[in-house]
Amino acid sequence: MLEQLTLGRYIPGHSWLHRLDPRAKLVLACYFIVIAFLTTNWLTYVLMFAFIGGVIFLTGLSFSYFVRGIGPLIWLIVFTAILQLLFTPGGHIYWHWGILMITSTGIQTSTAVFLRFLLIITMATVLTLTTAPLAIADGVEALLRPLRVIHFPVAQTALMLSVALRFVPTLLDEAQTIMNAQRARGVEFNNGGLIKRLRAIVPLLIPLFVGAIGRADDLATAMESRGYQGATNRTRYRVLKWHNADTIAVVVILVLNVVLVVLRHM
Amino acid sequence: MAITFDHVNYMYQPNSPFEAVGLSDVSFTVPSESFTAIIGHTGSGKSTLVQHLNGLLKPTSGTVTVDDFQLTAKTTNKHLKSLHQHVGMVFQFPENQLFDQTVERDIAFGPLNFGFTNEEAMSLAHQAAHDVGLPDELLKRSPFELSGGQMRRVAIAGVLASQPRVLVLDEPTAGLDPRGRAEMMAMFAKLKADQHLTVILVTHQMDDVADYADQALVMAHSNLIKAGTPAEIFADPEWVKAQQLALPTAANFAQHLVTRGFEFDSLPLTAEQLAIQLRGQLPKEGR
Repeated sequence: MLEQLTLGRYIPGHSWLHRLDPRAKLVLACYFIVIAFLTTNWLTYVLMFAFIGGVIFLTGLSFSYFVRGIGPLIWLIVFTAILQLLFTPGGHIYWHWGILMITSTGIQTSTAVFLRFLLIITMATVLTLTTAPLAIADGVEALLRPLRVIHFPVAQTALMLSVALRFVPTLLDEAQTIMNAQRARGVEFNNGGLIKRLRAIVPLLIPLFVGAIGRADDLATAMESRGYQGATNRTRYRVLKWHNADTIAVVVILVLNVVLVVLRHM
Repeated sequence: MAITFDHVNYMYQPNSPFEAVGLSDVSFTVPSESFTAIIGHTGSGKSTLVQHLNGLLKPTSGTVTVDDFQLTAKTTNKHLKSLHQHVGMVFQFPENQLFDQTVERDIAFGPLNFGFTNEEAMSLAHQAAHDVGLPDELLKRSPFELSGGQMRRVAIAGVLASQPRVLVLDEPTAGLDPRGRAEMMAMFAKLKADQHLTVILVTHQMDDVADYADQALVMAHSNLIKAGTPAEIFADPEWVKAQQLALPTAANFAQHLVTRGFEFDSLPLTAEQLAIQLRGQLPKEGR
């Protein structure tokens, strides 16, 4: 049941997108998310969806990965869109009941919210599907490096991030094992009312925390015994390298930005 | 027949990019009150197989029968609870499932979930603690204060307390020292005899297969490739090696003796069988 979570999952591959520099991918994904808010008319949406469709094609991954990545969040998106739809005043009023109303402005904003959300989540899914967690951590560290001037602990932050990412699958596996063990002892995780379900979580969470703390302790010992010092200037095994492909990606997204701005005013 | 697998297939996450075969057309039967060992190298499907025994996994196709229960792809979760009670599962490193404030309450957790009253559950817990050799003074302690070996006994007692008729053990002696391992296996043999249990043991210890099992199932690449008595399974040492398995210590020892001129009618699997067959062959002056 837990392994069906695609959100934040990396699928190894050799596509052009897989091989892009993680710094470039992080910055460009964020940039894309920002310009997703520049969309106004249907032309701009067609452009953005065509672009993201092209990106999905370039990942070389089956479309079903993306459907699964968005799946768990679709209700959140729909819920937000419905709130927008029911509470936005302005324009022609089609229907209203108490404070709830459906207006032409409401329909416009909720459609915009829905489509923008879809763009943003798809792009975030592209990022995590094609970038190994450790590469993301490396990218974040490289991007945060300027903050060292103000004594921000960049190396430790990056380490925390990579350790956390590294242990997500391990903890999911462990949670699955403990769930099975407790189900075998008669716990029903998917049956009964809210209180019963919440109580069923306790025999899952306590062993999970005990395991996680034990693991953290072991990891700290292992790191110290190998001479980990924290803030010293560490060299790295994986050196990030900026390639022509990264420059091309930057140019492509800048062009997208320009075209978007032009289409906005049509 | 206590347990029957009839053409059982299992797919992990069918119709998705993550689809993977877990079990492929597995059929076998296990008689009541027998001791069955499941062997095979890591990732061969042993754990997937045993999770079908109490409905933690449901077959994608085929039927699993455990006494009066029938498990198919269509079985709903509601009907699984009595199966969970009927088949006790001791997972790998079962001490990881402990969570309650006292040993006693942790052991009573299963019986309480299966609808026993508080008093019944406590009395079952005490009985189970006694069966696995936990001293009474530990019952009021926190399970997290105990040693690793004791924690494992608490976890096993927690499974036994629900009074299962079938006991599934997934590498129950992993991580124990040789003495703890021997004690634990002897304990399971005694429990089986006293409570008339059907025992299924997943193991990498060939000596345990030789010493305790009535029947062994060999898994490889999600398939059941051989089923038979330990003598039948270990009869062909070359085949055993090809499956990345090993011979029991006594059989291995006997093989070395054969190269030194000893002869055996059949390959001895246990120290006892080895001793019996060697008796007539040792030179007299050695006594």
